[in-house]
Amino acid sequence: MEYLLLQVLNGVQLGLLMFLLAAGLTLTLGIMDLVNLAHGSLYMIGAYIAWTLIGVTDSFVLGALLALPATFLVGVAVEIAVIRRLYARDHLTQVLATFGLILFFNELVRALWGPGGKSIAVPAFLNRTIEILPGVPYPAYRFAIILVGALVAILLAWLVARTRLGMLIRAGASNRRMIGALGVNIELLFSLVFGLGAVFAGLAGLMAAPIASVRIGMGDDILILALVIIVIGGIGSIKGAFIAAMVVGQIDIVGRAFLPDMLKTFMSSSAASSAAPAISQVLVYVLMAAVLVWRPTGLFGQRT
Amino acid sequence: MKSKLFGTATIAALALGLPAAAQSPIKVGFVSTFSGPQAAIGEDMRRSVELAKEHLGGKMGGKPFEIVYEDDQFKPDVGKARSEKLVQQDKVNFVAGYIWSNVLLASLKTVVDEGDTILVSANAGPSAIAGELCNKNFFSTSWQNDQTPMAMGDYLNNKGVKSLYLVGPNYAAGKDMLAGVKRTYKGKIVSEDFTKWPDQLDFSAELTKVAAAKPDGIFIFYPGAHGVQFVKQWAQSGLNKTVPLYQVFSIDAITLPQQGDLALGTLGAQEWVNDLPNEANKKYVDDFKKKHGVYPSYYGAQSYDAIMLMASAAEALKGDLSNKDKVRAEMKKANFKSVRGDFKFGNNNFPIQNFYIQEAVKDPQGMMTVKTIATAVKNAVDPFAEKCPMK
Repeated sequence: MEYLLLQVLNGVQLGLLMFLLAAGLTLTLGIMDLVNLAHGSLYMIGAYIAWTLIGVTDSFVLGALLALPATFLVGVAVEIAVIRRLYARDHLTQVLATFGLILFFNELVRALWGPGGKSIAVPAFLNRTIEILPGVPYPAYRFAIILVGALVAILLAWLVARTRLGMLIRAGASNRRMIGALGVNIELLFSLVFGLGAVFAGLAGLMAAPIASVRIGMGDDILILALVIIVIGGIGSIKGAFIAAMVVGQIDIVGRAFLPDMLKTFMSSSAASSAAPAISQVLVYVLMAAVLVWRPTGLFGQRT
Repeated sequence: MKSKLFGTATIAALALGLPAAAQSPIKVGFVSTFSGPQAAIGEDMRRSVELAKEHLGGKMGGKPFEIVYEDDQFKPDVGKARSEKLVQQDKVNFVAGYIWSNVLLASLKTVVDEGDTILVSANAGPSAIAGELCNKNFFSTSWQNDQTPMAMGDYLNNKGVKSLYLVGPNYAAGKDMLAGVKRTYKGKIVSEDFTKWPDQLDFSAELTKVAAAKPDGIFIFYPGAHGVQFVKQWAQSGLNKTVPLYQVFSIDAITLPQQGDLALGTLGAQEWVNDLPNEANKKYVDDFKKKHGVYPSYYGAQSYDAIMLMASAAEALKGDLSNKDKVRAEMKKANFKSVRGDFKFGNNNFPIQNFYIQEAVKDPQGMMTVKTIATAVKNAVDPFAEKCPMK
């Protein structure tokens, strides 16, 4: 029972990290109709900036907090310099241009920070375990990720549901021509949304860094999962992205924690342990295919 | 008349042949990972290769030699393409390096069959190449993957560790390593988990399973950056207080600077340790430390040996590498001072050598390192040698 709880928490922690990444992606795709493959680069940039600032300030929390506005500025700069020119183009051009951005950012990081990758240490006050139930230890840092992730998710829900900016975002997601026609400053809104997406991606990147090290291309693998999440959740829907991220997080953990034992009931032990990681990698895509058959626009997508 | 003709021919040969031979240097291609999270390993190897070159005075068998480094980017397809470039475009005499078994397996045919070029693996030792895929053009200055964990398994039997939880990455080397420990370890294997490779750096689910299973020990194989993360997360989860960690290739000179005190006291197996008492090793380790301020790793030591092995063949043949049969025959003799101490090549061109148990400690200057505490096995032959048709 405790074991189940711990594995569920592991899944929640993973899901929340992916939600942060997917939130920005679903906003840009839903509102701006922009396919942004370079979103993973912002995840990487956030982690690298945090590494530098943590080194300068000698404090994880301070460095991380300063890295967020810095990533926001990077996001806005990219939007103004490149992304803005892509809105009117078709999706293929956007894919090509943002793929170019990935290559650009990978080389930029190589030039600025070197090829070797960096490691961010878990802050001392979190480098221990806490007892979530009496006698059940859980790593404090992972618990902190869950708290921060949940907090940001609530903040984002409030932002989208209760503020004027959120209203415009929702309006933009359902009909962006109309809000332009109503005299809303679309350019500013788009820059803001893109910057906001960059902040969430950067936050996910810097929180993942102590667990998974800072390296070139770190965002490229996880971007694919984020794309799967927004497709499952429905493009443009924050709620959909959240639920899909939670489900994908749990599926990943089930695949790693329970699948090998399940397979062992009818396969040889060694075949099961090598088949399990392969199958768990595929499970997420199977889920995506199933959702698309059932609801072609995703769980919470706008029906057209 | 006859003798005059002979004399003229000799002069002609001297005039035409020798300068040409002296002008064309011996070329060595070196494939390793020089970018991304595992670049530290490639750097350690490159430093050791450069040190070997320095110790040789830049010459092999009287001829100058040059080294062409290629970055496999930690990807099998890139590694294969770079190997192809070395063989076809640079026309190198030897290709060496290869950290990763999957990169080596992808590159093997290109080099040894299509290119008929001699390959010296300075690290990866997949079971297939020791067995049915063994090749006259392939030599190893490292080990076959199964061997190091086999040595660890032997040691754990003696230590009386009753149950073991195995975790490793799901690729060629990971499978060999876990299979290796199972060959010798006689206690209970609680479970055997494979994780996604190379993108999984988060081991929360696996560590939670270990905590629930309560084994006597956990055995891992996670090279480089992955080892750093596993050891850190093992400590973060509190398991370092309850379940001891036994490892191969996961705690070494590459990872210790980042693992720090968390790794103190952990045990591992290895065929080379920086404190092995022989002349060649002392010279290598001392000069490396003097130059770079850090300890070399076995990746570096094996790369150093790879260059020395080639040099020994070139020396015996006075720099003339044109007859590949002769080159192979000379290499097979392993007639050089290896930093691990003398060894012989088996029928499959893998070393027959000792394995040691090492412990992570702090040196007198406070730097993390490993030291030898026991000899695990002597003159070990890998378990796939008999499947290799070569004599």
